[in-house]
Amino acid sequence: MSDDLVTIEIDGKPLKARKGSMVIQVADEAGIYVPRFCYHEKLSIAANCRMCLVEVERAPKPLPACATPVADGMKVYTESPKALAAQKAVMEFLLINHPLDCPVCDQGGECELQDLAMGFGSDVSRYTERKRIVKDKNIGPLISTDMTRCIHCTRCVRFGTEIAGIQELGATGRGENMRIGTYIERSVDHELSGNVIDLCPVGALNSKPFRMRARAWEMIRHALVSPHDAAGSNLYGHVLRGSFMRVVPRPNEAINETWISDRDRFSYEGIHSDQRLLKPMLKQDGQWQETTWEVALEAAAKAVRKVVDAHGPEAFGMLAHPSSTVEEFFLARRIADHLGVRNLDHRLRQADFRHDNEAPLFPSLGRSIASIASLDAALVVGSSLRKDVPIIAHRVRMAALAGGRINFINPRAYEFLFPVNAEVITPYGAMASALAAVLKALAEISGKSVPANLARAVAAVEVSEDARRIAQSLLDGKESAVLLGDLAETHPQFAELETLGAAIAALSGATYGRFSQGANSAGGWLTGFVPHRGAGGEPRVAAGLAARDMLAQGLKGYLLLGAEPEFDAWEGSAAIAALSRAETVVALTPFVTETMKQYADVLLPVGTFGESAGTFINGEGLWQTFGGASRPLGEARPAWKVLRVLGNLLNVADFDYMSCDEVRQAAEQAVGQPQGRAPAFTLEISLQPLTGFMRVAETALYGTDGLVRRAPSLQATQDAERQASVNLSTADAARLGIADGMQVVVRQGEFSATLAARIDAGIPDGTVFIAAGVAATAGLGPRTGAIELEAVRLAAAEGDRA
Amino acid sequence: MKALSSWIKTWYLSELWAGLALTLRYFFKPKITVYYPEEKTPKSPRFRGLHAQRRYPNGEERCIACKLCEAICPALAITIDSEMREDGTRRTTRYDIDLFKCIYCGFCEEVCPVDAIVETRISEFHFEKRGEQIMTKEKLLAVGDKYEAQIAADRAADAPYR
Repeated sequence: MSDDLVTIEIDGKPLKARKGSMVIQVADEAGIYVPRFCYHEKLSIAANCRMCLVEVERAPKPLPACATPVADGMKVYTESPKALAAQKAVMEFLLINHPLDCPVCDQGGECELQDLAMGFGSDVSRYTERKRIVKDKNIGPLISTDMTRCIHCTRCVRFGTEIAGIQELGATGRGENMRIGTYIERSVDHELSGNVIDLCPVGALNSKPFRMRARAWEMIRHALVSPHDAAGSNLYGHVLRGSFMRVVPRPNEAINETWISDRDRFSYEGIHSDQRLLKPMLKQDGQWQETTWEVALEAAAKAVRKVVDAHGPEAFGMLAHPSSTVEEFFLARRIADHLGVRNLDHRLRQADFRHDNEAPLFPSLGRSIASIASLDAALVVGSSLRKDVPIIAHRVRMAALAGGRINFINPRAYEFLFPVNAEVITPYGAMASALAAVLKALAEISGKSVPANLARAVAAVEVSEDARRIAQSLLDGKESAVLLGDLAETHPQFAELETLGAAIAALSGATYGRFSQGANSAGGWLTGFVPHRGAGGEPRVAAGLAARDMLAQGLKGYLLLGAEPEFDAWEGSAAIAALSRAETVVALTPFVTETMKQYADVLLPVGTFGESAGTFINGEGLWQTFGGASRPLGEARPAWKVLRVLGNLLNVADFDYMSCDEVRQAAEQAVGQPQGRAPAFTLEISLQPLTGFMRVAETALYGTDGLVRRAPSLQATQDAERQASVNLSTADAARLGIADGMQVVVRQGEFSATLAARIDAGIPDGTVFIAAGVAATAGLGPRTGAIELEAVRLAAAEGDRA
Repeated sequence: MKALSSWIKTWYLSELWAGLALTLRYFFKPKITVYYPEEKTPKSPRFRGLHAQRRYPNGEERCIACKLCEAICPALAITIDSEMREDGTRRTTRYDIDLFKCIYCGFCEEVCPVDAIVETRISEFHFEKRGEQIMTKEKLLAVGDKYEAQIAADRAADAPYR
């Protein structure tokens, strides 16, 4: 231990430092501030801004603290006349070409250059020549550029290569002619790209949607949690006079470090969407009328009561979005219990519920998010990672770069931006067979036997070379994991996939986990917002219907909690049909669409992200509570309050919760301290591949929930453009006479849409990828099902010919 | 002796005559009374009265919505909303000064990097209805447009001392 430590002295303060660490790191730990621009603790060391020059004893010239390794007996002076003179000189150089347009710069007030210029800048410039001007670039809808302000710290360039894995921004030229531009002049196109906004020490890269809207000092920040994925990234919401202005990351080493995804950063724009429901509305004789809360709540309670009394509680169902809070799930669940309703579910995207009773307590990642970065091996099934769970994808990438062997079984080839050990691309319908092959390879290599329920299915598969490599890497790895993604969860054979995945994990000593849908699927399971379990995972005597069955069978009444089934459900068209046929649909929703107005009967406006307090349980099982940041728009109220009053009107006993905290405490009590149960899937499986020309639907990156769908900047990105297209294989395209970029009519039974075609050589023949969750594809049928394509003959082209 | 002197002063009303002499002196001196509002006292170019927003000679409003005046205002009298105008410049969509809150300290003028918000020498204004005390952007610009010559002359007069 003592071999690793050296003693150095900074400003006369003796300090112990690890060998190989840099002076600036030691100074930071000791609380001694050294000015810097290019140094960032999460990025590599560049030492190109020279702001951190310090005096080191016996060194002839000042040395950059960020790139000077400590040595035993080193004496460093950060505030000696020599160090200060060097820092002042560097500041003078930096300000030569800086425009000093602080009053119009969005970075003003939170600018590192501005702060340090106060400390080290001169009040009068000696420079009288013309300043350099750099042309701005349009790098997409999320990030604004003012490249004249750039001081060439290259943090953004290093972020691109080291964290994102794409050389998004690069430097060309040298000296004064150096330019930061988008590499090969393309739009910044990465799901973490927004982080360069925080990294940029000056105002060269800023948030485009936030541009010129508010100043850093006048906003009030509120700690929030991301409502979009199971990582539960920590956020700060910045609010100006009650109105939401922007989102920035809240550093949390255990979850998101200092990064957040673009989805978390820019989704707040949806709060101010035109489609916000601002007043309670009631449908009377087919006409929508705005009404008061009292009337609307009475009407909702009466309608619910009427359906339950007339048709029994079996005819009523509750559907919640998986990003509802624990409090909302818990209150809705209590109302359901009071009414005797057992049909309640939040797993809108899931298709297959056969193995529900054997499922673990809640869909977890199986390990902490931080520990994913130190995996030796992992098998990821049915996930693009980057477009599924961006923050976790970054952790997986860290593992891969550290030498971890990451394997994939996917129905199409994705760009992962890190070295992949083995990638099995298999037709979507045959994913279970690919998993079975890995299981068989594992059994062969380890000499262990396959569980009895899987033996018959596994015996039939052939073990490929890739399967063997996957199995070997999982066995070799001390820390290994099996992770199932979105495409596995929405798979019609999810039961098979999960049974096989868990078996692979058990046989190889890996942890088993999955990226569950929404921000709070874990909360939904734990509070019992599933048809087959109660709070804390108590099994129910008689299970109700799962989400897909509720919508397929058609009930008499529904209560929708933040859900937009036309987008979120596994089969959007069936959802609309079932809801339209129902006698009563009560919707607690922040947004209203024309479709919703057709099927709903009572619309109760509730708060969305940042507007209501609550708790999310992330994929690790971590409870994260947050407060409301701004008042809900219009007459909207936090959903927990609406549910609470609805419960009172329905005479639910002991339902007088006064605060969100009180609800959470009650929910905690109801959940208790459940014993985590290991996945024990005993389902007898058979490997019957799905065949035929079929649609496969990924949940769109920017289509996970209502907020994201209504964020204009996110919907203007290239990702959004990609998710509104038909993706098919080269052979299929040739067979159907479809060229890249051509408009294609897509038919699923009676439902159709016209989308642009994209030909992707990484897609197996026989599958067509059309994302779900976005407006362009909302009218289509089930997420997986037979599909017909037909190229559109352009009317204009025909006109030319005539 | 003292008693005699006092007796003479008392009986010859000398103090009264001294006082009346002063009165008579002032009677013939020039008068300083100003017949307000027909007449007005001179004002310093630094007088801090009603606010105005200025424009550049080409008609473009000066204010760039940097919000420094809002930040420095000790009475929290200024409220600004900003956005990017179509030509890409930073502009206010709302610039309100609540004259009931304002203490006429002139900090807003001091802090303004583009000399947009100024306090003019106008000291005579009144409000008749609730809400009129809010000087909106339009009202401020109108004041600025009307008195630009005076405002510019006042700034020029004060410039050597700044």
